Amino acid sequence: MDQFLVKPLFGEGLSAFAVSNATLWMAITVLCVIVLFVLGTGKRSVIPGRLQSVAELAYGFVYKMVEDVAGHDGVKYFPYIFTLFIFIVFSNFLGLIPGSFTTTSHIAVTAVMAVMVFLFVTILGFVKNGAHFLGLFWVSSAPLALRPILALIELISYFVRPVSHSIRLAGNMMAGHAVIKVFAAFAPLILMSGIGVVVTPLSIVAITAMYGLEILVCFIQAYVFTILTCVYLKDALHPGH
Amino acid sequence: MQGDIVQMGAYIGAGLACMGMGGSAIGVGNVAGNFLAGALRNPSAAAGQTATLFIGIAFAEALGIFSFLVALLLMFAV
Repeated sequence: MDQFLVKPLFGEGLSAFAVSNATLWMAITVLCVIVLFVLGTGKRSVIPGRLQSVAELAYGFVYKMVEDVAGHDGVKYFPYIFTLFIFIVFSNFLGLIPGSFTTTSHIAVTAVMAVMVFLFVTILGFVKNGAHFLGLFWVSSAPLALRPILALIELISYFVRPVSHSIRLAGNMMAGHAVIKVFAAFAPLILMSGIGVVVTPLSIVAITAMYGLEILVCFIQAYVFTILTCVYLKDALHPGH
Repeated sequence: MQGDIVQMGAYIGAGLACMGMGGSAIGVGNVAGNFLAGALRNPSAAAGQTATLFIGIAFAEALGIFSFLVALLLMFAV
């Protein structure tokens, strides 16, 4: 589990301003994003080359998702949602490099993103719809006697949203990498005991399989974070069931 | 034997918490299986619902992750 420890890079103690491995890997993430999108779209050729094609595919994918889920007036907030998606995808994938550090596996990082989304969506809902935003909690398709209880349940589940949003991403990242580490701990057994001849190849196969699954999970978790952000945005723009 | 009873309780609790992931696995399989059944009946409408599929899988899996988190907290943060 010490792959998840935040360590200072230059030997000082940990403080809010110390450069740590988390800072380094976040900087590498931002650098990769900048390289992909600035260099990729620099040429603006009509027939895209490889890098431009990748950048356009990413843009089109998220744009379609925002437009489908949040509706046409949700597209105004596309830059924020695109930033979230690209940062999470790159962080997750860079964390798969052996020896690196996954910044999104820390609840600190994902909680900040989820709380920002929650505040943004709530404030947007009140600004756009005024008090009508509270219609989100008043289920009008239920019998009148049941509505206060349902409103309470809806309110609680609304406030649980940032919690589940952040823990989903952090937990998935931490779980995948911890499982890989556990299997990797079995691999050197061939040196230690006789049973290692059977256990080591199996554990190496398991690590390979888990890596494949982790690649899938990294992309899916970024996609799910973004699409849930779009769903919350749609709830804020058009409240009411 | 070494260690105190608090540590023993933490480790036993971690093992018990992992049972929650079985329910999550059943839930995810349920969502995916229903999507598959519906998609095989109506393939052209299936493509539009893949977003709903992923959202459903994410919600069902999130609770399994919560139980894994409880297990990790018990193991490493007593």
